[in-house]
Amino acid sequence: MKNVDSSNIQIIAITTSALFLLLILYLIKKKRIKEEYSLLWIFFAVVFIVFSVWRQGLDYIAEFVGIAYPPAALFLVLLMAVFLILIEFSIIISKLADKNKVLAQEIGLLRLEIKQLEEKVRKKKEKKDDSLPSQESNSE
Amino acid sequence: MQKSPKRILIIIPVYNESASVVRLIYELDRMYPKWDILVVNDASQDGSGELAEGTGKVTVINLPFNLGIGGCVQTGFKYARNQGYEIALQFDGDGQHRVEEIRKLIKPVREGLADVVIGSRFNSKENNYEGQLLRRIGIKIFEFFSYILIRQKITDHTSGFRAYNNRALTFLADHYPTDFPEPEVVILLGKNRFRMIEVFTQMLKRQGGVSSIPITKGPYYMIKVMLSMVMAAVRSRIVTDENLNHEKR
Repeated sequence: MKNVDSSNIQIIAITTSALFLLLILYLIKKKRIKEEYSLLWIFFAVVFIVFSVWRQGLDYIAEFVGIAYPPAALFLVLLMAVFLILIEFSIIISKLADKNKVLAQEIGLLRLEIKQLEEKVRKKKEKKDDSLPSQESNSE
Repeated sequence: MQKSPKRILIIIPVYNESASVVRLIYELDRMYPKWDILVVNDASQDGSGELAEGTGKVTVINLPFNLGIGGCVQTGFKYARNQGYEIALQFDGDGQHRVEEIRKLIKPVREGLADVVIGSRFNSKENNYEGQLLRRIGIKIFEFFSYILIRQKITDHTSGFRAYNNRALTFLADHYPTDFPEPEVVILLGKNRFRMIEVFTQMLKRQGGVSSIPITKGPYYMIKVMLSMVMAAVRSRIVTDENLNHEKR
């Protein structure tokens, strides 16, 4: 069996993880992601960098959890990251949907109030217009 | 500013019901001239809102986009709360409910016998409901659920024909579920110790609009609603004894 040169993959892993972290930071800087929603991404970007630098780390985890094939531990970490971030999204979406609903309801209620106020003002104006000529005739 | 208490508000959630809404408004106005009618137009595309406004008999709230029945009805409760109505009645705009039967629902609330009255198509021997088998099974399951979860026998969880007193409508103005809300509301109210009763009402064939539960969505509907019911029961009570006593004082 041919010996795989595993230093290449380490270089690739470190650079992509670092680029990934930079991408997240860049998006925050450009205000495309809010800081509060980027924390999990940054956390996992750092985790990826740690594991690509510290290669025995995955072996330790695999041994600890009882995974016979150490690279599978990598998938475990990845999946956990994706799951957590997706759950966070569901929470954020639910919160947004709720706020969205309240906003729509308020808009509906306010529209009605505006309409009723406009009506009131119009009626008052009409009354005024009606009474104005008579007042003039009084002063004469 | 304390607004003077108003008596009764009929809330009609409307979504694309131009075929039935105008006749319904005139009928309601003729039968209950002293009560106010609120149409909550859930962003209909068929001009239902304008038609309702055109009658000059009702107040219309136009939602900026479609919220679904839950968000739509809740808007009505918010209006009723803000305006200080004593009783709010939810009445579907598709002609399924009978205008004459509104009194039956209002009466127990008015007399203080219940906080919530639900118009049920099953609560009687003269039951004439002939829905699809699956729908009937679903409704039986809800009945079982509410018996387990809040120890109360409610036969018609999906009914949108309900009357609420001021305390109940104020509560629902802030806590109303979305997406097939009716069964969940029963649990929510039961859990928070609102007194609920059912009265028998006849259910007519709808004259316009479509059911909010299309048959293809059946399984999704059942699972979603059962989950919501359980969750509503598991969550801690919103109305605690403390603030209830405080209210009474």
